[in-house]
Amino acid sequence: MKATDAIVECFRKENVSCVFGYPGAAIMPLYDALRRSEIEHVLVRQEQSAAHCASGYARASGKVGVCTVTSGPGATNLITGIATAYMDSIPIVAITGQVKSTLIGRDVFQEVDITGATEPFVKHSYLIKNAKDIPRIIKEAFYIAKTGRPGPVLIDIPSDILVEDIDFYYDEEVNIRGYKPTYVGHAGQVKKAFTRLKESKKPIICIGGGVISSHAEKELLDFVEKTKIPVVSTLMGLGGIDHNSSYYIGMIGSHGHHYANRAVAEADVIMFIGARLGDRATGENKLFKNEPDIIHIDIDPAEIGKNLGTSIPIVGDAKNVLKQLLEMAQPLQTEDWLRELWELKEKHKKFKEDIKTNKEYVNPKYAIELLSDVLNHDAILVGDVGQNQIWAALNFKISGDRKFFISGGLGTMGYSLPAAIGSAIANKNRQIVAVVGDGGFQMSLYELATIKQNHLKLIILLFNNMGLGMVREMQYKFYEAEYAVDLSSNPDFIQLARAYGIEGIRVSSNEDLKEAFTKAMNTESAFLIECIVDPKESTL
Amino acid sequence: MKRYVLSVLVENHSGVLSRVSGLFSRRGYNIDSLTVGVTEDPNTSRMTIVVKGDKYIVEQIKKQLNKLIDVIKVIELKPESSVYRELILIKVSATTKQRAEIIEIVNVFRGRIVDVVNDSLIIELTGDESKIEALINMLEPYGIKEIIRTGLTALERGNKVIKEHN
Repeated sequence: MKATDAIVECFRKENVSCVFGYPGAAIMPLYDALRRSEIEHVLVRQEQSAAHCASGYARASGKVGVCTVTSGPGATNLITGIATAYMDSIPIVAITGQVKSTLIGRDVFQEVDITGATEPFVKHSYLIKNAKDIPRIIKEAFYIAKTGRPGPVLIDIPSDILVEDIDFYYDEEVNIRGYKPTYVGHAGQVKKAFTRLKESKKPIICIGGGVISSHAEKELLDFVEKTKIPVVSTLMGLGGIDHNSSYYIGMIGSHGHHYANRAVAEADVIMFIGARLGDRATGENKLFKNEPDIIHIDIDPAEIGKNLGTSIPIVGDAKNVLKQLLEMAQPLQTEDWLRELWELKEKHKKFKEDIKTNKEYVNPKYAIELLSDVLNHDAILVGDVGQNQIWAALNFKISGDRKFFISGGLGTMGYSLPAAIGSAIANKNRQIVAVVGDGGFQMSLYELATIKQNHLKLIILLFNNMGLGMVREMQYKFYEAEYAVDLSSNPDFIQLARAYGIEGIRVSSNEDLKEAFTKAMNTESAFLIECIVDPKESTL
Repeated sequence: MKRYVLSVLVENHSGVLSRVSGLFSRRGYNIDSLTVGVTEDPNTSRMTIVVKGDKYIVEQIKKQLNKLIDVIKVIELKPESSVYRELILIKVSATTKQRAEIIEIVNVFRGRIVDVVNDSLIIELTGDESKIEALINMLEPYGIKEIIRTGLTALERGNKVIKEHN
């Protein structure tokens, strides 16, 4: 069998139905095999998008996302996408073409050491030296990407190896002696954790992205409803618990809900589940000045104790550990504590009323709230980076089967459009909304062509405040002046979208939002809603 | 800052060394020495890494090393239960008159002379750090022209082998 046919056969075995990519000389043999196969190939307009698409696809489908690009600049363009997936623990497999193995190291045309360049932010990588290793390596790559703490795996394949003939043999099992993730929590530690929760007067659970990647939403809700422990979420954990649950308080962090941070600061025991306690979530540990007891559940032992001292560490998969906890769960005396938190939250809601009244501009916070009211119960919202991310995170109501995807760890501008494309490919019948600012939109604008070419029905909600809002805000805070954040010579985005064959509408006041949403949802193709936002609009 | 000696069993692939050394530089860990060589099993290599840091940093280093797919096992080798060794080659100036004197010193240390020319000698010595430092001090007055050290390598005393550790 040709090595490239073997790769396609591996894809079939791994249940890959779609790959995102961009061809070039070194990867050409694989493209010939893909052409002859039933596997869908989505041609992006720049390689970085291929990785973001694969990331969005992985998040929306629960499968491993795959991207294929060529050597040299094709591979280096992929780098930001791989690092983005790494920081958010998203399972993708990236296949890069490489120059002929006999020429490696001679700086030939389009040669770059991509395994070396990506080493700090891949979960693992391979440079294939023998064609016969291809099936084993691809099997391992998918296994590594999706098990344990998920992450990106890169496979670099020289073009002469791609054209060799091999005997195809696909192992049923993977056995890597240096890779044995721990899935089940240590029984003694789990018991200790629950005992500590029972003794607590003000316990709180803080969830991170691990709850979502281990699909532990149901177990979490069961545990919370049984024990009556309130829950806060990190940015990455949004969607881990239904926002309609009365136990859900809000999002913590430097851009989080004030009352959620208060809740954490007041707690005497905090149980973190699948959260790595990143600096944006914990505000450099200022939240913990009361020195609460910390229970930390994570599948990655290296995250436990890295950013915060832990009283009770539990290494394991969030879903499994929650099941273990559920076995001993019983109602705790949290009524007073819950009432305190609800009152705090209620107070804030009244204060928020004024966001609806603006007539000169669209209030982005209100826009997201309104969007929450009209979208389907299984809509996917993909946020970008900057103010729009926080507007979306704080105001999008996640209930039912709704999902919220963002680049949380790396904070990659330009993520939302390609990630929304990946989500739309994975879920052709779900509503997909890409929320983006005018800065981020222009970082992956060219993907409008991919949307058009693939007839994707997605809504692009563009918040245009004619500048880099979050940077501008920080500049005023720290330097009292703005610099290099002015985007006032933005193009006419509606006309631009039209040039790509995508219809759109410009909205300048809150009153016109609803009609725009209705129009977008009733359009059988992609639709752009450009909201004109006050440049002075604040993040929080 | 304390010194810790880690013994790391890894897959014998190309690229493993750069993954391990890259980990140290990008996470800002201080590394004193790193030695590596193949083991009794040709598919595995073993590294001895000497690091400086506090308890927290060493715990982090162990965890981060364990996260690498190519790392099979990481153990800490404590001085009281391990054999530490290092090999050093010293090129020292030696006139014909001084030669006998130097050879006498080397003999006391159970070192060996491995090369002799008119004006210099090369001395080979194996030992732990204190023995090596002592010899260097003794030879300094003669004029040390070059020193090369392998860095520390170490093995746990007794019956137990690295694979038997949890």
